[in-house]
Amino acid sequence: MSVRPEAAPPSRPAWWRWLGRRVLQAVPVLIIVALGVFALLELAEGDAVDAYLAGIGAGDATFAAELRERYGLDDTLGARFVTYATRLAVLDLGHSVAFSRDVLSVITERLPNTLLMMVSAILLSSSLGVILGGVAAMRRGGLVDGAISVTALVLNAMPGFWLGLLGIILFAVKLRWLPIGGMSTLDGDFSATGRILDVARHLVLPVTTLALTYLALYVRLMRGAMIDAASSGWVTAARARGVPARRVTLRHIAYPALLPVVTMIGLQSGTLLGGSVVIETVFSIPGLGSLAFEAVTQRDLPLLAGILLAGTALVVVMNIVVDLVYGLLDPRVSLDAKARA
Amino acid sequence: MTFNLCLFPRRALLLSGVAAFATGLAATGPALAQDIAMGGTLTVAADTEPRSLNPAIVASNGVFYVASKIVEPLAEMDYETGLRPLLAESWEGSEDGLTFTVTLREGVTWSDGAPFTSADVAFSAMQVWKPLQNIGRQIFANLEAVETPDDLTAVFTFSEPTPAQLIENAMPAVTAVLPRHLLEGQDLGEAEYNAAPVGTGPFVLAEHKPGEFYRLTKNETYWDDGKPYLDQILYRVMPDAGAKAAGLETGDIQLTAFSAVPLTDMARLDALDDVSVIPGGYEGITYNITVDFNHRTEELSDPVVRKAIAHAIDRDFLVDVVFLGYATAATGPVPPTAGDFYKADTPAYEFDVDKANAMLDEAGYARGDGDTRFSLRLRPAPWFQQTRDTGDYVRQALAKIGIDVEIVTADPGGHIAAVYTDHDFDLAIGSPVWRNDPAISTTILYQGGLPAGQPFANQWGYDSAAMNDIIARGQTTMDSGERIEVYNAFQDLAMEDLPILFLTHFTFITVARDEVQNVANNPRWATSSWADTWIAPAE
Repeated sequence: MSVRPEAAPPSRPAWWRWLGRRVLQAVPVLIIVALGVFALLELAEGDAVDAYLAGIGAGDATFAAELRERYGLDDTLGARFVTYATRLAVLDLGHSVAFSRDVLSVITERLPNTLLMMVSAILLSSSLGVILGGVAAMRRGGLVDGAISVTALVLNAMPGFWLGLLGIILFAVKLRWLPIGGMSTLDGDFSATGRILDVARHLVLPVTTLALTYLALYVRLMRGAMIDAASSGWVTAARARGVPARRVTLRHIAYPALLPVVTMIGLQSGTLLGGSVVIETVFSIPGLGSLAFEAVTQRDLPLLAGILLAGTALVVVMNIVVDLVYGLLDPRVSLDAKARA
Repeated sequence: MTFNLCLFPRRALLLSGVAAFATGLAATGPALAQDIAMGGTLTVAADTEPRSLNPAIVASNGVFYVASKIVEPLAEMDYETGLRPLLAESWEGSEDGLTFTVTLREGVTWSDGAPFTSADVAFSAMQVWKPLQNIGRQIFANLEAVETPDDLTAVFTFSEPTPAQLIENAMPAVTAVLPRHLLEGQDLGEAEYNAAPVGTGPFVLAEHKPGEFYRLTKNETYWDDGKPYLDQILYRVMPDAGAKAAGLETGDIQLTAFSAVPLTDMARLDALDDVSVIPGGYEGITYNITVDFNHRTEELSDPVVRKAIAHAIDRDFLVDVVFLGYATAATGPVPPTAGDFYKADTPAYEFDVDKANAMLDEAGYARGDGDTRFSLRLRPAPWFQQTRDTGDYVRQALAKIGIDVEIVTADPGGHIAAVYTDHDFDLAIGSPVWRNDPAISTTILYQGGLPAGQPFANQWGYDSAAMNDIIARGQTTMDSGERIEVYNAFQDLAMEDLPILFLTHFTFITVARDEVQNVANNPRWATSSWADTWIAPAE
């Protein structure tokens, strides 16, 4: 999904129409995701009962048949699809087979953990990337530039789980500065502030791990965009007008270079959700990623559909936010598109 | 009264290094009363969160690990006496096998205060174990009624003779008693109780935060005075094996069970001053590694091929390399930890590649292109590192006798469907469990005529009249000694026909920090009540 100038918010009266259009655009995406989930789980060998039997290690054929009836898996393919589709059409996510609970409650319980981790990681990754990329661009070709670029690429090449385990061994096992995992101290007794600090302490390693693996993208992007901007006419013009060097760097080179970074944040939000599957497992964080893994291995169609739809909705919302920010940053797209036309 | 039934005679225990170690622990383990420190929280790692914590419906290790502390069975396994009475004080089967009388413990209450009576046992047996439980459905298939002449007596009556020995051996796993007063008239499959069980056990479920932890707290009204010693057990949900090893090292968790830490990490952890690797306490749930043959595949329907494959596989290599020594080479379908049931001198297939090649040559399986006689597809069960590794080894071993093996992988659900319903395999690596009696989950691997879709059972296409006859005799033989003889004959025939090949027996491993006391002091320790577990205060 790319950001098109005409998709940016026009002046206030048309704002709601714009938002409505963006939300409507998301509907086909959600439908495709819903169909894809059903098809993929249908194609996979084994169903929820097989996965359940694998877990409990015993059972007979009648027992399996009774479970299939209970889970509604004994219907024909067509009938099951109709049930699935009609439920989703009225936004009923249904009942999770693997958790014996409402899909909605399972997801809402875990969504905040993933959101907190994801948003923190994106903010850390992009702001660190902007700073380091900026420094690298200003010292182009120098030692600092080389060091930053190489470090970012090495981090990018490391698998997230490995980086995470290294972090655990160094900071949790050897130095004992940080906890080994989880979202909070289990038997802790904290004040409200203490509780927030406790969660923050638990998030340091997973958020840093996620952020570092995606850092290279932002560094390269920022560096490239700044180098491009530095050779543009408006920078030459600014210098000719005698604008102070510091202002040229910040206002005329760095500021326009932020636009592709913001675009990338929107694109990245989906990837980060995927990356969180591994990080959540390594750090024992009960989030959407590890839940999705569980849903697939348990062949839990309602749950998997719920998670992917929630994830898709999340990415769509992130992109709408990004478009809004984009409009704020770039004066050329903040004008009413129609007025310009 | 059959307290002295010998499930684990010392002689049998000494046959296995693993079990012998556990006996040593049990002998030195229990501290004197004045040494025991009361209170404290034990923090352990949990791999997953079972969807149901109702051990009467789902008899599985994952459920027992948490729920056996809350809901108790009639009896528990014991190294010294075989069976230790819990909710039952004594029991006796009639000679004709048609009744089994249980006398219950007096003065037991549910953790909500209601009295525990024979009505609870009758309700659990008739409404849960027989119709709903994954294992009980088979054991109690012929259970007709449970009569309750008084509050402390439950008389099980069967329509067909059912060996008392079988019921005794099954008691620890299949007889978790549920409170009738909380469950009667409910849809038990969906009852809220399944997520928040109430029992008679030493602990009660205080809190479950999905994805994070279970908190069990002391049951103040537990019938066994003075127990439990712990105030709390905290199960931290930690899916990642590496993180669990790190947690043991930092002390964030004090114990991992069921080999949750990879075998390759064991040596490193054992070398730490305050952490120990404990390979005992699982004899009652011994696992086995098997090669399952699909007899519908033409070559594998030939016993000569199956026997040649048996000769081509070095079981000692598997023990040393795949299990790093934490296993024993199998001689048949019953493990040495089974005590009297175990027969060592069954027909054997020593490791001899030349002999295997000669057998195949003689039987007319000539080597064709690239030295290959024929090709097979192998599905290793995906749930243990060791089942996957065994698959890789079997592939290499069979290459040496000209059999080309292609490994086909799937996740657990896919594997179950492919092997046990669709029969879409030539070879499979399985991991069947030994559950204290051949009739619970071992003979089913040899029983002919089962419908497709029954997992962990004979879906190999093997159906032998002689074998079916022995299995039927085991079910109708009431005398314990005669029953053991029937199952000796079963082991001989299983190894003679070789419909599937048992490679190794293994038990899980606990890794615990040294302050945790009374670890592994019974043969089902991880799935027992932990009423006598305690934590030594730091010195």
